[in-house]
Amino acid sequence: MSDSKLSRNWVADHIARLPRSGIRDFFELVNTMDDVISLGIGEPDFATPWHVREATIYALQKGFTSYTSNLGYMPLRRSVCRYVAERFGATYDPATECIITVGVSEALDIALRSVLNPGDEVVYHEPCYVSYAPSIAMAHAKPVAVVTKEETQFALDPAAVEAAITPKTKVMLLNFPNNPTGAGLTADDKARLAEIAIRHDLLVITDEIYEDMTYGERSPTIASLPGMKERTLFLNGMSKAHAMTGYRIGYACGPQALIEAMMKVHQYSMLCASSIAQAAAIEALENGDRARDEMHREYEQRRNVIVKRLNELGLPCLLPRGAFYVFPRISGTGLTSDAFARRLLKEQRVAVVPGTAFGACGEGYVRCAYATGLDDIEEAMRRIGRFLATLG
Amino acid sequence: MATQQLKQDILRLLRRNARLPDAEIADRLAVDVAEITAAIAQMEADRELLGYSAVIADGALPDGEVSAIIEVEVQPERDGGFDRIAENLSRFPEVLSVYLVSGRYDLRLAVVGHSLQDVAHFVASKLASQPGVRATATHFMLKTYKEAGIQFHEGEDYERLKVVP
Ligand SMILES: Cc1ncc(COP(=O)(O)O)c(C=O)c1O
Repeated sequence: MSDSKLSRNWVADHIARLPRSGIRDFFELVNTMDDVISLGIGEPDFATPWHVREATIYALQKGFTSYTSNLGYMPLRRSVCRYVAERFGATYDPATECIITVGVSEALDIALRSVLNPGDEVVYHEPCYVSYAPSIAMAHAKPVAVVTKEETQFALDPAAVEAAITPKTKVMLLNFPNNPTGAGLTADDKARLAEIAIRHDLLVITDEIYEDMTYGERSPTIASLPGMKERTLFLNGMSKAHAMTGYRIGYACGPQALIEAMMKVHQYSMLCASSIAQAAAIEALENGDRARDEMHREYEQRRNVIVKRLNELGLPCLLPRGAFYVFPRISGTGLTSDAFARRLLKEQRVAVVPGTAFGACGEGYVRCAYATGLDDIEEAMRRIGRFLATLG
Repeated sequence: MATQQLKQDILRLLRRNARLPDAEIADRLAVDVAEITAAIAQMEADRELLGYSAVIADGALPDGEVSAIIEVEVQPERDGGFDRIAENLSRFPEVLSVYLVSGRYDLRLAVVGHSLQDVAHFVASKLASQPGVRATATHFMLKTYKEAGIQFHEGEDYERLKVVP
């Protein structure tokens, strides 16, 4: 670090070692520009459904503004456990096997901090959400990435996972449907990964924040498979499917001993999630299916349009099985992901995220989010068409 | 023949925006455009899709247009119940909608006219005098806030960050 004002290097070694996100400058550039159409936004463009916002206001009016139990407000834990049982096929006891967190972000952080000793290894897959490797490193463990490839629909190959396992491996971290590729896990994949986890005595942490946004067939969570409940932490939250990113509510379900350990970290670092946001989450889980499904239908239709357009433009792109991202291949343009994104932004004012933000293996791809209205998506596609034409 | 699912998907889209081009419906639903056109024609022929109308802001049409909601209490008929009188009332061009409803009254009409007098005249001479109509209550409309799922005031507009990983 070159900051000469520091009289001493105060920054902890493991933090200093975290790679500085190479696309930070790019983000900052985008945020200063006008009339940009952004396909770079990983959050719903829908406002939180009104009934949920109205419930938030009611919670405020009632004065529901105190701390809640460290594990979370019991009625919300009950709603979460009912929802997880019905939608994901795994049953948990709201009293002991569920904790409410500040987003899946916190759930992931405290899960990793609760289970990892220095030097332990975590097997995960790339391309993946930007915070995985840093979160593992902040827990003093070693991230071990397995690459997923376009040729195999960005599916996670259980054999590749097994090959990455060493005696130090403690955790298998999964995120399907995947940010940024949109790939999913079939019931068969889940069974094979479960079998590997059991054979190597690993803990599975499954971040299913996009599972409610699966298009087509769904299968029960890996946590529900035989022998898995006792070795799985199931993470989910309100941000995506319920369009509640700013509320910051997530949750973890798992074996009592692990929830207890996570509760310690949570209690000493966070105390509890926002009470009014917890009240809002109850409303969303109890009465929000209709609004969730309506948004889901809209995402599915935008997915159909954007996939068709990108392929027509000559940027090959798979049909996502879930979430709201497509991951087209741009290597045919001869540009790197970063150059493609920068030039597209400067020349045509469309923001996409370079694939390398999600791991080195994202080179040659960009991520486009379709959490944006269809008119903007169509206009962005026209602009990308013009951009490609200038490349010749 | 279009599947029931496809028809429902098309109807949902048209209910939100009746001007959606067939090509966009096709792209959204990942179906061939010819299939969409055929399904719409079939639903029109089957009277599942009865028409298309616009949602118009107050005052956008020429001055002097007034509308009213009229609650109508009706003596149902021994055979036919409310149908004959409701269908009769539907024939008047100034009647925009007719619903049979549960509750304190039976039929709920929306009526337009050029002036208050115009609507009053319709109520007195056409509506109240129909055999079977026992009572009416007329509510002139003052301002529209929402119609056909569309809000008339500007929505809130919170700008998201432009890039979020
Ligand atoms: C895979 C994945 N996990 C977790 C998160 C964070 O979600 P939350 O808002 O619940 O913290 C995101 C957000 O983009 C994500 O893509």
